[in-house]
Amino acid sequence: MSMTDKLARGSRPIRKRAAVTAGVAIGALLLSGCVQSQREEDTGAGGEDAVDSTFVFAASADPAGLDPAFASDGETFRVSRQMFEGLVGVEPGTADPAPLLAESWETSEDGLSTTFALKEGVTFHDGTEFNAEAVCFNFDRWYNWTGVAQAPNVSYYYNNLFRGFADTPDTAVYESCEVNGDLEATVTLAQPFAGFIPALSLPAFSMQSPTALEEFAADEIGGSAEAPSLSAYAEGNPVGTGPFKFDSWNVGEDLQLSTYEEYWGEQGQIETVIFRIIDDPQARTQALQAGTIDGFDLVAPADIPALEDEGFMIVPRDPFTILYLGINHAVEELADPLVRQAIHHAIDKQALIDQTLPEGTQLATQFIPPVVEGYNEGVTTYEYDPERAMELLEEAGYPDGFEVQFNYPTGVSRPYMPTPEQVFTNITDQLSEVGITATPSPDVWSPDYLDKIQGTEDHGIHLLGWTGDYNDTDNFIGVFFGTESLEFGFDNPELFGSLNEARGMTDRDAQTELYSEINEDIAEFNPAIPLAHPAPSLAFAPRVVSYPASPVNDEVFSQIELSE
Amino acid sequence: MLRVIGKRLALLVPTLFGLSILLFIWVRNLPGGPATALLGERATPEAVERVNELYGFNEPIVVQYFTYMGKLLQGDFGVSINTGRPVLEEFATRFPATLELTTVALIFAIGIGIPLGYVAARRYGSFVDHGSVVLSLLGITVPVFFLAFIFKYFFAIQWPILPPDGRQDPRINATHVTDFYVLDGILTGEYDAAWDAFLHLILPGIALGTIPLAIIVRITRASVLEVQNADYVRTARSKGLLEKTIRNRFILRNAMLPVVTTIGLQLGLLISGAILTETVFAFNGIGRFLRDAIFGLDYPVLQGFIIFIAVLYAFINLIVDLSYSIIDPRVRVQ
Repeated sequence: MSMTDKLARGSRPIRKRAAVTAGVAIGALLLSGCVQSQREEDTGAGGEDAVDSTFVFAASADPAGLDPAFASDGETFRVSRQMFEGLVGVEPGTADPAPLLAESWETSEDGLSTTFALKEGVTFHDGTEFNAEAVCFNFDRWYNWTGVAQAPNVSYYYNNLFRGFADTPDTAVYESCEVNGDLEATVTLAQPFAGFIPALSLPAFSMQSPTALEEFAADEIGGSAEAPSLSAYAEGNPVGTGPFKFDSWNVGEDLQLSTYEEYWGEQGQIETVIFRIIDDPQARTQALQAGTIDGFDLVAPADIPALEDEGFMIVPRDPFTILYLGINHAVEELADPLVRQAIHHAIDKQALIDQTLPEGTQLATQFIPPVVEGYNEGVTTYEYDPERAMELLEEAGYPDGFEVQFNYPTGVSRPYMPTPEQVFTNITDQLSEVGITATPSPDVWSPDYLDKIQGTEDHGIHLLGWTGDYNDTDNFIGVFFGTESLEFGFDNPELFGSLNEARGMTDRDAQTELYSEINEDIAEFNPAIPLAHPAPSLAFAPRVVSYPASPVNDEVFSQIELSE
Repeated sequence: MLRVIGKRLALLVPTLFGLSILLFIWVRNLPGGPATALLGERATPEAVERVNELYGFNEPIVVQYFTYMGKLLQGDFGVSINTGRPVLEEFATRFPATLELTTVALIFAIGIGIPLGYVAARRYGSFVDHGSVVLSLLGITVPVFFLAFIFKYFFAIQWPILPPDGRQDPRINATHVTDFYVLDGILTGEYDAAWDAFLHLILPGIALGTIPLAIIVRITRASVLEVQNADYVRTARSKGLLEKTIRNRFILRNAMLPVVTTIGLQLGLLISGAILTETVFAFNGIGRFLRDAIFGLDYPVLQGFIIFIAVLYAFINLIVDLSYSIIDPRVRVQ
């Protein structure tokens, strides 16, 4: 079965050209072994002023489905962001919420109800009007999911953020949605949720066409209880309000979108977007070099200098990540605050960044990146000072140092940690300088490593991190230090209490202030060591003039500028 | 003949039954579980529990096995955990790609391997002979991913005459009827699409065909060397038969028996070799799909795939055995 079965075929010059070039070239291949670069000449298509309006981007995987409400992964969201829009968007280049389909909103004193004023003249790709009814339809849809749709891995974000459904109203954050007129809707929550507005900028909460959702039975998933299956909507009938509409999805190969003519905003230069599925990182780099794609994400740090030399554009994002050295307080030596300070002083974070992490990585002093609310500029820091580290160790009763298990994952590359093995080696070296001997304890990332770190006490110091979803401080430190965990193994009721308090606050300014204080408390307590905020980079063909890089990946291709 | 085929097919039943039990126990006893794989680094124990319950991973393994077998016998291989589509449908979409690729690899390996092995044996000790030995050694030792890197570097980047990856240029918007892209292009009259799909097969086909090529060269060479010194060849020659007749009817025909066996075995290897080749060439076949399933602990796909391969392998062996009777009259008589 193929979803690209289309009769309309473009007659682009590239086909004939490719055929002719290839035919001639095969003959040449047999005759000669000589090699020379012809890339420049070969990729120039069309007239001098004409811009090739097809943009080809290499995705590392297929989207999990075309319904973003049932998705949580980056590749699905990348595709979703082209087709869908939410009530709330993101201020370009930051992580701050900004108006999108809602032009403005007002929240009641108690923080429980928010009234959205909607943008006028917006239509879905199927012609359905976008209005207050469509907004309430979407909110009610999420709330009324049943069965497999409620599974935490299926509706990941709704589960995590709205915490309950119509049949479990006791835990649910959402209560109701009211249509106040064509362009005004009020959403009422059952309990305060300070992150409500920023959360709505996630593609999972995009506005989808009520007509299409019903017609293609979007909520009919889970034909069997063994594993959820995709609905007809998620397989090939997504309908949003974004600048691009869905064309075809040839699973495992490519996914195509094209301009939505009636789009309310700026359309941009690109008329066709092709996502090609290339899962091997090396293959993506080579595809860019060969000129078959225009760009890809998560460039391997080692490839950056070479690509830059060859004239490709590297675009780093502002980091929205944290890489830390976790410490298990259940281990006797590590429970001692002096020892933890000693470890902190023993690590030269800048050297670690220069030697093992991609360009654009920022040094971390706390567990949230600078663009997140509550970042504290004046937080207590522990400068690199091996002498001081040795003094502290002596004070703690370990004049000759000690031995500790060092856990790290293998065979994995995360946005916050492209090469765990290198980070491990680097830190091990640094620790040995002050007399701390790290015994290596590698495990395969999934599921062994995660199970061991988060499910057992059998670990000493370890590498882990997080990539944020949207501008929510709790999404970082609340997750790490909000309750007692096997990962860190400490009990600090005071810290747990203030994190809990901050999470429930309705006044965003007061909340930011409290988070800033909490960040200082954490720095003083020093439960683990924030190392770096690695920045992921994208690479593009020379014809790409600019790309709207966003720390939270809110990148819509209609804003890309092309030169040819 | 029919009885032989029937007997062979009947033997398949206990084999598959045993295999399915082994597989099931092995897969379910992998460390951790699919829940962790599905939920990532911040899964709460409650969420893991919920997933296990929904997917039936909490049931006793015997119950899980019978549920699985019951469905399997009705042709239901389950739904892929990673993609949310039926396993059988996923195979059906991707199998043509792998078949296309292995066909090209096999044509490459046989088309060059047999003549080269033959010439090397006939000119034993010559430059061609030594060259073929060195080449076949290289072919066996160079890993596919390295070969892929080199091929792409030279033939797609430095000297861009062949596409570096994929099955077809997505800009062509070709019509797909059978999912065999080359065939589709010919059937629909979109010859440029067929040509483009064919070009996409060259680099991965050669990369995948290298190891079989090396093995076929060696076996052919060894086999021809042995046969050409056999008594009956000497007798034929002393009878004054034409050299052409000696070559075709006496040497080649006799030398082909071990070669055919080897090719049959290679077919199975080609499919496992496709895992690596398809991954590095972003070629959308079952090899790449299986790799994703391994990394994502996609149980239904792993189980379904291995059973599928076992059946395929059994059929290939059957065909190889039957082809003996064509080459060797003695087998036919028995």
